[in-house]
Amino acid sequence: MKRISMTVNGVRHEADVEPRTLLVHFIREQLELTGTNVGCDTSSCGACTILMNGQSVKSCTVLAVQADGADVATVEGLASNGDWHPVQKAFHENHGLQCGFCTPGMMMAAVGYLDENPAPTEDEVRLALEGNLCRCTGYHNIVKAVLAAADDMGS
Amino acid sequence: MIPASFDYERASSLDEALNMLAAGGEDARPLAGGHSLLPLMRLRLARPSLLVDIGGLDELRGVHADGDSVVIGALTTHHEVAGASELTGGSGLLAKVAEGIGDPQVRHRGTLGGSVAHADPASDLPAALLALDAEVTLAGRGGTRSVAAADFFVGPFMSAAADGEIVTGVRVPTREGWGSAYRKFQRRAQDWAIVGVAAVVNWTESGIAGAAIGLTNMGGTPLRAPGVEAALAGTSEKAQILAAASKVSELETPPADENASSEYRVHLAQVLIARAVAEAAGCPGMQPG
Repeated sequence: MKRISMTVNGVRHEADVEPRTLLVHFIREQLELTGTNVGCDTSSCGACTILMNGQSVKSCTVLAVQADGADVATVEGLASNGDWHPVQKAFHENHGLQCGFCTPGMMMAAVGYLDENPAPTEDEVRLALEGNLCRCTGYHNIVKAVLAAADDMGS
Repeated sequence: MIPASFDYERASSLDEALNMLAAGGEDARPLAGGHSLLPLMRLRLARPSLLVDIGGLDELRGVHADGDSVVIGALTTHHEVAGASELTGGSGLLAKVAEGIGDPQVRHRGTLGGSVAHADPASDLPAALLALDAEVTLAGRGGTRSVAAADFFVGPFMSAAADGEIVTGVRVPTREGWGSAYRKFQRRAQDWAIVGVAAVVNWTESGIAGAAIGLTNMGGTPLRAPGVEAALAGTSEKAQILAAASKVSELETPPADENASSEYRVHLAQVLIARAVAEAAGCPGMQPG
């Protein structure tokens, strides 16, 4: 077992983990933050996307020990004081989801990307979300939601 | 899927990492971003006994111009390579290739050194490094050495790196004034390339004065196409470039798999060479249809 510590959604956690524990399992099972989903389990679908030190990563392909000392953000940390994050609000208002399984990963990828590029074009949004798969194929409204969030955050 | 058990150590210096690897024996492996190694471990196709995490070694990170070449540290992520302003001229090929690896999340974690050390014949960077006459730098307990990319990739997932050695980076000639392009063909957006073509071209008023072609997934290692390169010299028109690209059929027969027969790979290579060369030359009139 290895002792690790990391900040998740602003809260510092310390824990003992087996080196082979994947970050997504640590987040879901030890921290009980189950908003982050495991989809394909092969670094393809992006359902497990979180932010690690501000960058979107697939938490199924990071060891928890590799995140020792990192600043992690999951979907649970988006809202503050009961107010939705603009990306959450935009997904709601634009119906940017159907079954909802890919949504936490989509939103985290979008939050990470909008931090990098606050005023993207539609094409740029589509490219930025290439690592996130929606099996309902609801991409159109997801892209609309991200563009709406960018407008909201820029105004 | 969870990897089989392994021991884990985080190194705080390159020397410490090399000592940890030596103590761990032949089944110890360095770990950088983990985006090649961890997927293999999760499928139990790789079962290292010890991972030495070199992810914190900042001395192995970054892109620096050094005279007429560019030095890229092994831990530089694909995302960082894609945005590196130091990669000008022909070396800009690496930024173009890095921009098309995986997806944004993968590019945030995957590293240049990890991709090089993994030596997957279907991955994009090795062919680009080969086309650029890059050198791979290695560190071992006995010291450091450089290996030409042409000698580094020796077979599928096999490189010239010895047990206990760590890839520390690459050195790439800048080739100011040269253009570059990378074209790959995939069945789906994030699939491995069925065939990829890296082209660096010196385009002058009288046509192509020099060209280097690196091929992805046309053999067990990335390949150069010397016949194509020779035939490209002096060409300036689309038909000539297509004819030069057809010389790719002179190479050893490429592998067949569920995605492509050998013949289809040769066809793809020819088409992609012509497109990549035209793009690298920056001559719109030469763009094949």
